[in-house]
Amino acid sequence: MKTLLFQTLSKRNRLLILGVGLVLLAVYLIPIWSISISAPQYPEGLGMHIWINQITGATPYDLKNINLLNHYIGMQEIVSESIPELLFMPYVLGYLIFGAFVTELYPKVGMAILGIINLIFVGLVGLSDFWRWEYNYGHNLNPEAPIIIEGMAYQPPLLGCKVMLNITACSYPSYGGMILGLSLVVLVYILWDENRRKKSNVV
Amino acid sequence: MLKKSNLILVTLGISLFAFVPNCKKGAATATLASDAASRVYVAPGEKDEVYAFLSGGFSGQMSVYGIPSARLFKIIPVFSVFPENGYGFDEETKDMLKTTHGYVPWDDSHHVEASMTDGKQDGRWVFLNANNTPRLARIDLKSFETKEILEIPNTAGNHASPFATENTEYLMAATRFSVPIPQASVAVDSFSKGGFKGTISMVKVDKNTGRLSIELQVLVPGFDYDLSRCGKKKSHDWCFFSSYNSEQAHKMLEVGASKKDKDFILAFNWVRAKECKDQGKAYNFGGEYVNNFREENKPAVSTKLSGVKMLNPKDCPGMMYYMPTPKSPHGTDVDSTGEYIVGGGKLASVIPVHSFSKMIEVKDKKEHHSTEIEGIPVLKYESTLAGEVQKPCLGPLHTEFDGQGYAYTSCFVSSEVVKWKLGTWEVVQHLPAYYSVGHLSIVGGSSTEPYGKYLIAMNKITKDRYLPVGMELPQSAQLYDISSGKAELLSDFPTVGEPHYSQMIPAKLLMDKTAKLYPLEENKHPYATKNENEARIVRLGSTIHIYMTAIRSHFKPDIIEARTGETLYFHVTNLEQDYDIPHGFAIGGAPNMTNLLIMPGETRTFKWVAPKPGVYPFYCTDFCSALHQEMQQYIRVSP
Ligand SMILES: [Cu+2]
Repeated sequence: MKTLLFQTLSKRNRLLILGVGLVLLAVYLIPIWSISISAPQYPEGLGMHIWINQITGATPYDLKNINLLNHYIGMQEIVSESIPELLFMPYVLGYLIFGAFVTELYPKVGMAILGIINLIFVGLVGLSDFWRWEYNYGHNLNPEAPIIIEGMAYQPPLLGCKVMLNITACSYPSYGGMILGLSLVVLVYILWDENRRKKSNVV
Repeated sequence: MLKKSNLILVTLGISLFAFVPNCKKGAATATLASDAASRVYVAPGEKDEVYAFLSGGFSGQMSVYGIPSARLFKIIPVFSVFPENGYGFDEETKDMLKTTHGYVPWDDSHHVEASMTDGKQDGRWVFLNANNTPRLARIDLKSFETKEILEIPNTAGNHASPFATENTEYLMAATRFSVPIPQASVAVDSFSKGGFKGTISMVKVDKNTGRLSIELQVLVPGFDYDLSRCGKKKSHDWCFFSSYNSEQAHKMLEVGASKKDKDFILAFNWVRAKECKDQGKAYNFGGEYVNNFREENKPAVSTKLSGVKMLNPKDCPGMMYYMPTPKSPHGTDVDSTGEYIVGGGKLASVIPVHSFSKMIEVKDKKEHHSTEIEGIPVLKYESTLAGEVQKPCLGPLHTEFDGQGYAYTSCFVSSEVVKWKLGTWEVVQHLPAYYSVGHLSIVGGSSTEPYGKYLIAMNKITKDRYLPVGMELPQSAQLYDISSGKAELLSDFPTVGEPHYSQMIPAKLLMDKTAKLYPLEENKHPYATKNENEARIVRLGSTIHIYMTAIRSHFKPDIIEARTGETLYFHVTNLEQDYDIPHGFAIGGAPNMTNLLIMPGETRTFKWVAPKPGVYPFYCTDFCSALHQEMQQYIRVSP
């Protein structure tokens, strides 16, 4: 095990990690997650993108219109400022990218494993945080809302689609989220590849 | 040539002949294609293939229909006030209806013209004439709203208008009623002595903005100029005007103006006219007129202008020629190739077709001139004639083209549409019309590239077609499929006002360019309130400005205090940024003001003078949301 941890990465795997670091930079520029909403009176749909540092509508007006819909049921207004996580998420991503570049200077399998742990950790924390965020929005409703339906909560799904009143909400990773997932897959592949290489070296 | 009494006999004869066979089956089923219903059926959620813009005739509006379903989508107010959305009432739009005669909230609108580039429809604007108080309007096809109205001075009865040149360089507008120019109180019988004149106005259309301005007017002999059509391709430089009453009768025109065997189509070289103007041959002439322009989401600006450049035909040789045309011509229509100019002689027994190339060949050869009228050479009828469609129908009026070498002419008296072939001049089909058809319209039919699938005939009379609704019956339009060899009647539908003429534009040219909202951040209205926090009430003496916002489902500020006699301006901004969410605004019992419909991101102003003390409700009139009925508040008026 220890030999694997300190095994120097193959040239190709080093390049792959460099690639992961570079591709992760794109996550600053594209949304991580998307929630789309459709209802009979919105045949064209409404959408919301979650980025590393902000929340926006799929079109310049969607967020405003989602909030307008939500105000009937007393949901708080969704604004980027209300989510403090978005303040430090860019640094977390920066840390991951930094790790990829450090690996170029110190190309050990252990660094790749660290990357896997980091990504899984960030992913789990991120998803649970996202769930908590959705929960709060869906449950903490203004008791003076115009429309109150006994026992009804409006928490969107974490992943997949859900029907709430006449609205279907779907939640899926966007390109940024896919990049994060793909990075994890690449790192796991590198680990598998290095492990195979170690075995063949031993033999 | 037929004498008038003969004509009446023939009319009666043909009418009888035309109706006897129909009586057996009933007019309603005659020639209706068996699967017509399925061909006009547009399933729920499906879209129509074509937009039809129908002029509103004496309603002064324009209506928008979907073809083939014939569903009415919208009425666009142009020269008429419109209580439904406040057009002509509110502070933003009331200046649109200003003229030198004051506020004229009505007109008689006959001809729709679509803007073109290279002779093809470009889907940017449609233009509409006002016959009664001479004006010309530009309707924007992004917002489907009237953006500009230009008054035409030195004219009366702006009927031969607005007809566009091939690239919409100019719109032509000509006098229907010749009058003393400049206006003066003279004995009406001086008309017959040449005391009355007509004018042709060249209205310039700015290529980028569409802004209208009068480039030049040409003073023409005092006939009645009826319709126009500009050339295309080789005839690009020319526009053609039909004229009647070349007799210059001034009483009992019915007889007096029907005497001569031939009246004229005036061929006008507008490029030459511009050249003469640039050479300084036009002179300064009076004439007051008003230009009203409404920029996106801003109040209309009404500008008073005075004076035009006037040109006399004798000072600009080569600019104008008269082509004799039988008899009291209405239509003067140029085919898609630009070669044939078809006259529609209301009282003629033939459809005369002039050849543009022949006209060019003979126009300056003396032996082809028969005479000259006020400096305008009159060419010999035979010299420019390409051919005549013999005995096509009674009362041929207006011709459109399908781009496949066929022409369709409406015949008012015999109530039919005749299809005939260009070149051979033979009639290939008679299509009955119900009844008294005026203009026809083919999709793109006046352009160089007709999308010749549908033809509508616009009828004046609908006796027995629909359920009776009192004495005034609707006017109607009749839809034909002309895509195959034989034109087939598909349906007819009642219309708004009198649908005088129409332009039909393929849906794909317009539907994706339609504006959905006014972006709030671009709202430059001087009284805009872009944020609920900025909603406020500002008092200036006895004037109160209320900077109000509307959003689902409330107004802000919502309680307003005023005193009797104070003037309140409600500047209402709709904060929505969602498609199809306008808010309405109306105050109970407000005189002089109807309703406002405020589009998303738009600001409009409602002026109200506080009446006797009391509490007055105001509310949203457009069902905007689940809590629309709660979108209401009060103004308290104290003594
Ligand atoms: Cu409303």
